[in-house]
Amino acid sequence: MSPRRQRNEEFTSYYGRPILKQPTWHALDIAGYIFAGGLAAASSMLGAGAQHSGRPALERSAKLTALTAISASVVALVHDLGRPERFVNMLRVAKPTSPMSVGSWILSVYGPLAGASALSNLTGVLPRAGRAAGVGAAVAGSAVATYTAVLLADTAVPTWHDAHEVLPFVFAGSAAASAGGVAAALSPVVQAGPARRMAVGGAVLETVMSLKMERSGNLSTETLHQGRAGTLLRLSKACTVGGAVGLALGGRHSRLVSAVSGASVAAGSALLRFGIFEAGKASTIDPKYVVVPQRERLEAREAAAAPAVSTQAPAK
Amino acid sequence: MSVTQLGMPAIGVPRKGFFTDTSLCIGCKACEVACKEWNSVPADTSMQLTGESFDNTSALGADTWRHVAFIEQKVPATDPSAHDGVKWLMSSDVCKHCTNAACLDVCPTGALFRTEHGTVVVQQDVCNGCGYCVSACPYGVIDQRKEDGRVFKCTMCYDRLGAGEEPACAKACPTKSIQYGELDELRARADARLEELHERGEEGARLYGRDPDDGVGGDGAFFLLLDEPETYGLPPDPVVTTRDLPAMWKRAAGAAAGMLVGAAVIFWGGRK
Amino acid sequence: MVSPLQWPVLRQLLEHDPSGRHHSVESPTTENLKARTATADRVVPSVCPFCAVGCAQNVYVKDEKVVQIEGNPDSPISRGRLCPKGSASLQLTTGDSREKYVLYRPPHGKDWERLELDKAMDMVAQRVVETRRKTWKWEENDVRTRRTLGIASLGGATLDNEENYLIKKLFSSLGIVQVENQARVCHSSTVSGLGTSFGRGGSTTYLQDLQRADCIIIQGSNFAEAHPVGFQWVMEAKERGAKIIHVDPRFSRTSALADTFVPIRAGTDIAFLGGLINWVITHDAYFHEYVVNYTNAATILREDFKDTEDLNGLFSGFNPDDPSYDLQTWQYEGADVAASSGERESQAEEEGSTLGGSSHAQSHGSGGPGLRGHWRRDETLQDPRTVFQTLRRHYSRYTPEMVEQVCGIPQELFAEVAEAITTNSGRERTTAFTYAVGWTQHTTGTQYIRAASVLQLLLGNIGRPGGGIMALRGHASIQGSSDIPTLYDLLPGYLPMPHARTHLDLDSYVEADSAERGFWANMRAYTVSLLKAWWGDAATAENDFCFDYLPRITGSHSTYDTVQAQLEGTCKGYFLMGENPAVGSANTHLQRKGMASLEWLVVRDFSLIESATWWKDGPEIQTGQMRTEDIATEVFFFPAAAHTEKSGSFTNTNRLLQWRDQAVEPEAERRSDLWFIWHLGNKIRALLEGSGDDVDRPVLDLTWDYPTIGKDAEPDADAVFAEINGSKADGTPLAAYTELKDDGSTSCGCWIYCGCRADGVNQAARRKPHTEQSISSREWGWAWPANRRELYNRASADPEGRPWSERKKLVWWDEEAGKWTGDDVPDFEPTKPPSYRPDEDALGTEAISGIDPFIMQADGKGWLYAPAGLIDGPLPVHYEPQESPFDNALYEQQRNPVRKLMPLEGNRYHPSGRERGSDIYPFVLTTYRLTEHFTAGAMTRWLPYLAELQPESFCEVSPALAAERGLTHKGWATLVSARGAIEARVLVTDRMKPLTVQGRTVHQIGMPYHWGPNGLSKGDAMNELSSIAMDPNVHIQEVKALTVDIRPGRRPRGADLPALVEDYRRRAGINEHTGMEGVRA
Ligand SMILES: Nc1nc2c(c(=O)[nH]1)N[C@H]1C(S)=C(S)[C@@H](COP(=O)(O)OP(=O)(O)OC[C@H]3O[C@@H](n4cnc5c(=O)[nH]c(N)nc54)[C@H](O)[C@@H]3O)O[C@H]1N2
Ligand SMILES: Nc1nc2c(c(=O)[nH]1)N[C@H]1C(S)=C(S)[C@@H](COP(=O)(O)OP(=O)(O)OC[C@H]3O[C@@H](n4cnc5c(=O)[nH]c(N)nc54)[C@H](O)[C@@H]3O)O[C@H]1N2
Ligand code: SF4
Ligand code: SF4
Ligand code: SF4
Ligand code: SF4
Ligand code: SF4
Ligand SMILES: [Mo]
Repeated sequence: MSPRRQRNEEFTSYYGRPILKQPTWHALDIAGYIFAGGLAAASSMLGAGAQHSGRPALERSAKLTALTAISASVVALVHDLGRPERFVNMLRVAKPTSPMSVGSWILSVYGPLAGASALSNLTGVLPRAGRAAGVGAAVAGSAVATYTAVLLADTAVPTWHDAHEVLPFVFAGSAAASAGGVAAALSPVVQAGPARRMAVGGAVLETVMSLKMERSGNLSTETLHQGRAGTLLRLSKACTVGGAVGLALGGRHSRLVSAVSGASVAAGSALLRFGIFEAGKASTIDPKYVVVPQRERLEAREAAAAPAVSTQAPAK
Repeated sequence: MSVTQLGMPAIGVPRKGFFTDTSLCIGCKACEVACKEWNSVPADTSMQLTGESFDNTSALGADTWRHVAFIEQKVPATDPSAHDGVKWLMSSDVCKHCTNAACLDVCPTGALFRTEHGTVVVQQDVCNGCGYCVSACPYGVIDQRKEDGRVFKCTMCYDRLGAGEEPACAKACPTKSIQYGELDELRARADARLEELHERGEEGARLYGRDPDDGVGGDGAFFLLLDEPETYGLPPDPVVTTRDLPAMWKRAAGAAAGMLVGAAVIFWGGRK
Repeated sequence: MVSPLQWPVLRQLLEHDPSGRHHSVESPTTENLKARTATADRVVPSVCPFCAVGCAQNVYVKDEKVVQIEGNPDSPISRGRLCPKGSASLQLTTGDSREKYVLYRPPHGKDWERLELDKAMDMVAQRVVETRRKTWKWEENDVRTRRTLGIASLGGATLDNEENYLIKKLFSSLGIVQVENQARVCHSSTVSGLGTSFGRGGSTTYLQDLQRADCIIIQGSNFAEAHPVGFQWVMEAKERGAKIIHVDPRFSRTSALADTFVPIRAGTDIAFLGGLINWVITHDAYFHEYVVNYTNAATILREDFKDTEDLNGLFSGFNPDDPSYDLQTWQYEGADVAASSGERESQAEEEGSTLGGSSHAQSHGSGGPGLRGHWRRDETLQDPRTVFQTLRRHYSRYTPEMVEQVCGIPQELFAEVAEAITTNSGRERTTAFTYAVGWTQHTTGTQYIRAASVLQLLLGNIGRPGGGIMALRGHASIQGSSDIPTLYDLLPGYLPMPHARTHLDLDSYVEADSAERGFWANMRAYTVSLLKAWWGDAATAENDFCFDYLPRITGSHSTYDTVQAQLEGTCKGYFLMGENPAVGSANTHLQRKGMASLEWLVVRDFSLIESATWWKDGPEIQTGQMRTEDIATEVFFFPAAAHTEKSGSFTNTNRLLQWRDQAVEPEAERRSDLWFIWHLGNKIRALLEGSGDDVDRPVLDLTWDYPTIGKDAEPDADAVFAEINGSKADGTPLAAYTELKDDGSTSCGCWIYCGCRADGVNQAARRKPHTEQSISSREWGWAWPANRRELYNRASADPEGRPWSERKKLVWWDEEAGKWTGDDVPDFEPTKPPSYRPDEDALGTEAISGIDPFIMQADGKGWLYAPAGLIDGPLPVHYEPQESPFDNALYEQQRNPVRKLMPLEGNRYHPSGRERGSDIYPFVLTTYRLTEHFTAGAMTRWLPYLAELQPESFCEVSPALAAERGLTHKGWATLVSARGAIEARVLVTDRMKPLTVQGRTVHQIGMPYHWGPNGLSKGDAMNELSSIAMDPNVHIQEVKALTVDIRPGRRPRGADLPALVEDYRRRAGINEHTGMEGVRA
C-alpha cells in the first residue's frame, strides 16, 4: 500500500480503550537487554576475527565487552521477569514457536562460549579451547543479535509485528554498529580498523533498514515518528550517522575522535532499541492501530469475495 | 502448514468451547461474579465509577476473566417528528481459546498449554511472569497481575471440565447468553441462530470468531454480536502473530548469516 | 521435578508433543487438579437468600466449611442459574464482612463494647419484661386492648417462615402489636389490589408460565435487573415469538431486551391502563364470554352510587371534613359488606392518631371481602347500572389523547401497545402482565394493581396459561412474611388482627369479617385452629379458644406509625431483625430520629448496617443535628446466621415454599433468628415464671416446646413447620385446609399453608427435577394454596368446562371421570361440575356455582369493580402523585383524596402543579434497583465482588437536563427535597429521555436507592429525599415519584447541609399545610 494513500481513520472503539494489552516489559530491561545482547553478540564476532587476525588488544576488549554485555543482558532479563526466581523454567521446554524459548536455548549456548573465550583470553588458561569457544561464540552470536528482532516481531504489537520483515536487519545492523563503536572506542586505533568498519557498516545497515521500516506504509509506523519514540529515534539517527561519519573520517587518526564517535554509534544503537520499544508500546495504547488496518484488510477481503454486491454496510 | 498449525491435541474428547450469544445478554454480570467466586480472583477495591455506562470493570485482564461490555447507542428516529431511540448492547467477553493461540505458542516455559478439551490454560505453578503471552495475544486478553508477577486468564474452568461440569460462568448465566458445549455443535447452533435473527430483521447480527479459516483458525469461544466487533472492543480481524513466525525466522537467519559474512569481510586482508 | 524423565523437554520427545504445547508440559499440580465441587464431603440443597425468584442452590461443604455455592440445575424455576447476587452468596456467607460477636453500646456510649451472647440475651429479655410492664395497656379509650405499644419490631422478609411464625407468636402473646416487616413498604398494595380483585393477594401465576405468553407487558418492574433469573422465562417467551413491551420512566436493562419500550412519566400508570381499558371497551376487544361469566361485569350497582364522572374525580360518599369515604353507596344493589372493610375503621377511628384509620385491605390476601345479601345480574350488560356500563363511562375520558397529555406517551406508541394486548388475548392467545414496586409504591398503589386486574379480566387473561398478573415480589421470603405475617394488621393466613372496637370476642370477630359464601366462609375454623396451635390445651371452647389472649389493634400501627410512636416516646424498645430502615425506609432522617428516641434497640444482621451505627456516624452526627453523647439509646447488635447455617423455608414469588437444609453450623456468636426468638421466649418465660398476673398468661400458656438440634440448641425448624402445617388432636398431620375444624379438634399455624407437611412429609423439600415433570412441576416444593401453581385456573376452561382452545388448555372438566383435570391442581372443588348451580340460599362453598372461577370471592367472580375492600374507590382513578409538577388533567381532584400523610416536622411536602413554589423542585425523581445491588445494600455493598461492579452511588439524567443544569458526566450532583439533600455521581445518558406532558417538557431523574454510608461501596442514602406519603389502604409509601431539584457539585458538609434544605423550603414557601390539601392535618 502506498504510504500516501488516504486512510479512513474513523473507527468505533469501546470508550477509546485499548484493544491490546500494553507490553508488561520495562523499557530499561527489555530494550536494554536487546541492546546488550546485540552488543555482546557482535563483539564476539569482532573478538573471533581479532583472534584470527592477530589483534590482541581488539580481541581482549571485544571479548570482555561480550562477556560484560551478555551478563548485563541476563541481569536485565531476570529483572524483568515478574518472578525472577523462576528463570530456571526457561529451559523446561524447547519450543520452536516461542522466540523466547529459542532465545533462551541460544543464550544458554552463547553465554558459556562467550564467557569461556573471555576467561581464557584473560587468564591464558586453555588457549586453544578458548579460541574455539571464541569462534563458537561468534557463530552463536549471530543468532543472539537477530533473534531479538523475532522476539519483538512475534507479538500482536502492531509496530513490532508490522516490521517483522526488516526488523532482523535493523537489529543486525544495530548490533554490529554498537559492537564496532564500543570496540573502536576501547581499542587502540591501529588495531581497530575492523571495528571501525563494522561500526560504519552496521550503522549504514541500521539506518537504511530503519528508514525502510519507518516508511513501510503501515499505519503503525506513525508511532515511530511521534511522541517519545519519535524523539528517541531521531536522536538515534543523529548519533548513529554522526558517529559513523566521525569514525569513517577521523577514526583512523585520533583516539579521541575514535572514542567519541564509537560511543556515539553505540548510543545510536541503544536509542534505536528504546525508540522501537516505545513505539510498540504506543501502538498498543491507541486502538486505531489495531482497528483501522484490520478493518481495511477485512473490507478488502470482503470486496474481493463479493465484488458485485456490497455486503452489509457496517453501521458506523 | 505453518509452524503454528500443529493442531489440537490428538487425545481426549471433542473440543469444548463457548458460544456467547449477546442478543440474549441482560448485562447482569453473573458471569463475572461466578468466575471470581469459582477461581478466587481478587476484586478491584478502588471503588470508582468509570462512567462508561454500567461497565465498571472496563476490560478483560488478570483480575477479570469475564467482562461484560455495555454500549449505549442512539438510534436516530426514522421520521423527524419521532423521538430518537436508544439501543443498549451488552456482551460478555472472555478468552477466545484460539485454535492457533499466540499466547500458547510464544510461552517459553510451557506454562500455557492446550488441554485435552482443546482449551488454553496457564499453569500458575509454572508461569515465570515473562509477559510474552501478554504481548502476543491479539485480543488483549491475558495479563499480568502486577503484585504477583504471573499472568492470569480464563481457564475455561479446567478443573470443572475435568469433573464433567460446565464452566462457572456458563452455568450461572440466567438467560443462557453463554452456551458451553462441543464446539462443532455450538457452531451449528450459532449458524441457526444467526439465520433466525436475520429473518427477524436483526441486520446487525453477525458471528465473530466462528470461522475456522480466520486469522486465528477460529475461536474456541466465539460470539454472536449485534454490531461491529470494534464497538465491543474486539479486534475486527485478528491474526495469530506466529503465523508469520517461519518467515521471521528465515529473515533472522538471513540477517545472522549476513552478519557473519560481514564480519568476515571486515577482517578481509588477513593478519595485520 | 521428581525424575529427570519428567523433564518436559524429554517428554516432548517421548510423548509425541514435539512443539511442547500440549500434555508434555503439564506440571504435576495440573495433572492432579480436582474441582472442589468434586472433592466436597457433601452437597446440601438450599435456596438463594436474596430475591423472591427463589433460585435453588447447591451448597458444597468440605471439612465443615462451605467451599462453593452454585445453582441447582434441577429447579424448575431457575434451572441451575444464578444472578450475580446469587453467585456471590459464597462471599456473602463466608466472606469477612460478617460480624462474629455480639456488640453493645451503652446509653450515651461513644463506641461499641463486647458483650457475651448469653448475657446479652438476659439483658434483652429483661428489657422486654420491664418495658412491657411499664407500658402495658389493658384498655384504651374504654376498649380492651390487652397490649403494649412500648415495643415494636421490624423485619421478616429475609427470614424463614418458621422464624416469622415464632416472632409473631411470641410477640403477640406478649401483647406487642407493632410487628412489621418489608411487606409493608414493598408489596402491601399487591395484597389489597389482587386480593380485592380475585380473592387472593398473591401473584395469580408463576414465573415459568410466562413462557406460554404471546405478549408480556412489563410495567412498574425492572424485571431483567431485579429478577434476573426469572427473566429467563420472558426470554423463553420472546424466543417463541411473544412480543415483549416495557413501560417505564427510563430505559433499563429490561427495556434493552424488550421489543418495544414505552417511556412513561412516573406516577401516571393508572391513566395509561385506564386508556387501555377504554380502548378495549370501545374497540369491543374484550373477551365477551369470559367477561359475562367470570367477572362481576353483569352485576347491578346501587342507584345512589356516583362515579368520578359525576363528581369530578370523587366517588359518592366522600366526607370532605374528615377526608374519607362512606362506602355504603359503592355496594352491589341488594348486598351488604361484612362490617369489616375499611368502613369499620373510619367509624372506629382511633383518637389521637394523626394517621387516622387503617384499612385492613391486606386481610383479603386469601379471601375476598365479605359480602352478604342478594344481588342482581344483567348478563346482556345493557343495564346502565351494571358494573360494565359503569366501567365504560368511568374510563371514557381516558382517551389516547389524554394518555399522551398525562403520561407523555405518543399516541402511536400507545396504539401499538393497545394493538399488541388485544390481538394477543382471547381464546387462542394470552397476554401476561408483570409488575413489581414501580406500581406498588404510590399513594394510589393499590389502585394501580386494580387497574391491571380490571384490564386482564376484560381481556380474559386471568387463570389461563401465559396470562395472569405476575406480581414480582421482593425478598427471598417476602411472600412468606405476608402469608405468615410479621405485620400488625394480620394473623397467619390473612386472618385480620382483631380490632379493639369490633372484635370483642371470637363470634364478633368471625361475624365481622367472614363471608357468607365462598371459602372465606370457613374463617372460624381457620381462626380456631390457629388459636389451638398457639395456646394448645389452654385454648378451649369455653374460653373462646383464648381469643382474648390476642392483643387488639386500634388503628394503624404500621412501620411509619411506629416511627411516630417512637418520636412521641410511646415506643421505647425496638427489634430490627433483618431490615435497615436508616437506608431503606422513606424519610431516613425521621427513621433515625425515631431510633434516637428509644430506650433500647436490638439489631440482628450480618454486618454493622446503618441502622446499627447511626448513633456514632449517621448523617445527623455529621451535620451536628445530633451528638453521640446525647443519645440515650442502648444498642444491642447480634450477628445473624446465614441461610447456609440454618434450616427453614422461604416462600418465593410463585407462592412456592422451598425448604433449605442447614449446611454448616454457624460460627462464634452467630445465631439464627429462630434460635434468638425461641431462646428469648424461654428467658422471658423464665422471668415471668409463676406470675399470677393475667397479663402474663398468654406468654406462659404459649405452646413453646420445640426439640433442639446441634451444639447451639437450635430449635428444630421442621417441628415449627409441622406446627404451621397443623395436625389433628391426636397429632396426625393435616393434608389440606379443608380438613380444618372450628371445634378445637384441629390445630394449624397458618391455614393457607395447611398441607405443606401433608402425611408428615416436608412437601417444601420435594426436589424432583423439572426435566422429569411438566411445566407446573408440582413435585418441586409446595405452593399455597393446596399446591396450586396457577390460581383461578378454572377460568382456563369455558363455562361448560372445555378448554377455550387447544393451544391454551390448562385445566378442564373430565366428564367421564367426573372431575377437573389438567396440568395443575384445579383451583376448584375437584368434583363440582360446570353445570352446578347453587340454590338461592346456599351458603359457604356451596354457593359457588360451577362457572365461578374465583372461589375465594363471595360472589365467585373476578371484580372489575370492587364494591368492598378498599377505602379509596371501587374503580381505579388517575390522581397525581403527592408531589408532581403537573395538575391533574383528568379531574379537578389533584391527589388521592384519602391518601395518608404524616404532617411532621422533617416530613414536609412539596407544592405541586401550578401551586406557588412547585418550580423550586421542578424535576420528577424515580427510584429503582440495579442487578448488582440488593435493597438497602447490606447484603451487597459489603461484598467486594458486587461492590466493584457498581462502586459508587449515581443518578441518571438526560443530556438535555445535564445541559440545562450544568451537570457533567461522572461529576457530582446534589439533589434536594424538602426532607434532605444528597450527593451522587452523574451519569448523563440517552437512556433518560425528557417527556412532553401537557405541552411542557418534563425531565425525569433516575436514582438507585441502594447506597448508604457504610460498607465498601458507599454513598448518600436516596431515602434522605423521600417523604412519608402513603396509600390509604395499606400504608405503603410513595417512593417512585417524587419531585426534587438537582444542581452540579457536591453537597455542603456539616451544618450547611440542613441550611441548604431549609433555604429551599423557604424559597418554595413550604409550611405544615403544603401538599396537605384535602387531608386532615
Ligand atoms: N438486583 C436486585 N434485585 C432485587 C432487589 C434489589 O434490590 N436488587 N430487590 C428485591 C425487592 S425487595 C423488590 S421489591 C423487587 C423490586 O423489583 P422492581 O420493582 O422491578 O424494582 P425497581 O427497580 O425498584 O422498580 C421497578 C421499575 O419501576 C420503574 N418505575 C418507577 N416509577 C414508576 C412508575 O411510576 N410507573 C412505572 N410504570 N414504572 C415506574 C423504575 O424505573 C424501575 O425500572 O426486586 C427484588 N429483586
Ligand atoms: N426509595 C426507595 N426506597 C425503597 C424502595 C424503592 O424502590 N425506592 N424499595 C422498598 C422495598 S421494596 C423494600 S423491600 C425495602 C427494603 O429495605 P430493607 O429491608 O431495609 O433492606 P435490606 O437491605 O434488604 O434489609 C434486609 C436486612 O436483612 C439482613 N438479613 C439478611 N438475612 C438475614 C437473616 O437471616 N437474619 C437477619 N437477622 N438479618 C438478615 C440483611 O443483611 C439486610 O441488612 O426498601 C424499600 N425502600
Ligand atoms: S485469546 Fe489471547 S489469551 Fe486467549 S487463547 Fe487466544 S491468544 Fe491466548
Ligand atoms: S508470562 Fe507465564 S504464561 Fe506468559 S509466556 Fe511467560 S511463562 Fe508463559
Ligand atoms: S470459563 Fe471459568 S475461568 Fe473462564 S471465564 Fe468462565 S468461569 Fe471464568
Ligand atoms: S451472565 Fe449471561 S446475561 Fe449475565 S452478563 Fe453474563 S452473559 Fe450476560
Ligand atoms: S437474587 Fe434472585 S434471581 Fe438472583 S440468584 Fe438469587 S433468587 Fe435468583
Ligand atoms: Mo421489596
